[in-house]
Amino acid sequence: MKKLKLNKSFWFGIVFSLILYGIIRVLLTTGVLDDVAESTLILVCINVMLAVSLNLINGITGQFSIGHAGFMSIGAYVSAILTLNFDVPLVFALLIAGLVAALFGVLIGIPTLRLNGDYLAIATLGFGEIIRIVLLNTEYVGGASGLSGIPAETTWTIMFFFTLLTIVVINNFIRSSHGRACIAIRENEIAAEAMGINTTLYKVIAFSLGALFAGIAGGLSAHKFYVINPGSFNFLKSFEILVMVVLGGLGSTAGSILGAIVLTLLFTALQNTPELRMIIYSVILILMMIFRPKGLLGSTGLSFMKFGKKEAKPDDVISESSSS
Amino acid sequence: MLKVEGINVYYGAIHALKDLSITVNEGEIVTLIGANGAGKSTLLKTLSGLLKPKTGSVEFLDKSITNQSIQSIVKQGLIHCPEGRRVFANMSVEENLELGGYLQDSSSLPADFEKVYTTFPRLLERKKQLAGTLSGGEQQMLAMGRAMMGHPKLLLLDEPSMGLAPLLVQDIFRIIQEVNASGTTVLLVEQNAHQALKIAHRAYVLETGRVVLEGDAKELADSEEIKMAYLGH
Repeated sequence: MKKLKLNKSFWFGIVFSLILYGIIRVLLTTGVLDDVAESTLILVCINVMLAVSLNLINGITGQFSIGHAGFMSIGAYVSAILTLNFDVPLVFALLIAGLVAALFGVLIGIPTLRLNGDYLAIATLGFGEIIRIVLLNTEYVGGASGLSGIPAETTWTIMFFFTLLTIVVINNFIRSSHGRACIAIRENEIAAEAMGINTTLYKVIAFSLGALFAGIAGGLSAHKFYVINPGSFNFLKSFEILVMVVLGGLGSTAGSILGAIVLTLLFTALQNTPELRMIIYSVILILMMIFRPKGLLGSTGLSFMKFGKKEAKPDDVISESSSS
Repeated sequence: MLKVEGINVYYGAIHALKDLSITVNEGEIVTLIGANGAGKSTLLKTLSGLLKPKTGSVEFLDKSITNQSIQSIVKQGLIHCPEGRRVFANMSVEENLELGGYLQDSSSLPADFEKVYTTFPRLLERKKQLAGTLSGGEQQMLAMGRAMMGHPKLLLLDEPSMGLAPLLVQDIFRIIQEVNASGTTVLLVEQNAHQALKIAHRAYVLETGRVVLEGDAKELADSEEIKMAYLGH
């Protein structure tokens, strides 16, 4: 199958993001946006990374996983230990953390991805909890009190570029022939298999690629908030990410980004009234289920040029030649 | 071309295929008929590697494919068009076809599209439409077209006429004959024994996992036994 060419839409998206980055950077240095705003922006980006990476597993490949906080915690702990105990520079610590999380993704993925639907959900939920309990009982990582004094090195610049990297890598993966194979698995696993697609391989690739970026996001969050403890990576965190994906629209990268932004801002805005927070949250979810069951953006893909223009697809060249 | 010898296939404790042997020669249409649960679909799934036989051997083009992966079986040109159409509902017709050629070199795609669209002009009309919105007959055409994208030497068709209107059934059977005439060997599983025996060269009758009758399709269609059991007159 054809490899995707980086088209206009791709570069437009990159330029658009860089401009956005520049504007916010200027606003931050001139003090128009204060520290609180910066924290919120970073939190938004962390959640965007988590949601986009979970969408690859749940929305694109159709494997219902709810253990994303587990991968996040692996990334957070690995990177924190590396910077705290071994003085590894943040960027390297994050990359190593991501790779370790991806390795766990492969290890967990190979046995559990044979399961379908509910069973996979339970298995991944169990995995997330096992990680948490193991961390809780490991003296080296501080047990229940977790790790503290992690250098707060996550800046807007680092955060932005990792978020951009996540979106670019995952979106290009989705739109490559590998991504098409993953979507085929979601649509009909038996047919995909009969076409000669190695379903196990692609499920594991999607799972570990998602885990990789969840791990990096975990590392970034650890280096933003000084403190990590096992309690912050419980199954509620996994659900929170899942809700962002579903709210935005399962299978849509743009939807996941939007879902993460909307929910994070909502959470932050409601921080002072925690009781009300969960109520409003639930009401929104119920309303969504009634009025937009496919999510805010349905399953539309991410493309910056599609307004008024047909989305450029990798197979356009082929269709033109075959119809002539 | 295909030689199946004494295969035994189990679903857990259920013995689905019992010491079953069949052969398919190049250029033929061979049909498997039999009641529900006779093991027809199970046999096709075993041939394409979706199921593994416990004992026995499957030879394709003089090479054993018994324990090979589905990918390598598909690559060798044994393509399974599974029961119930199973199109990728949220993808366009064209994307479905493209996935059919997943293991093929991308340079052969345009010619393959051309071939499928010539066989199924209806698919060309609908190439940008989502597969899930096609009618049952069109979905069946798409499933067959998708299988053809994989350069089949032997095409396994599982119940292509299931749930289709009688006129469409005629169409599908005509197309199967065309595909066969263009050089693809076909192994056809059908509930519609009458039609299947009409277009096939040879036939096997399966009953509870065994071959109970085999022979020339025309002769089988005329035999009293088959008439009584499967043709309803």
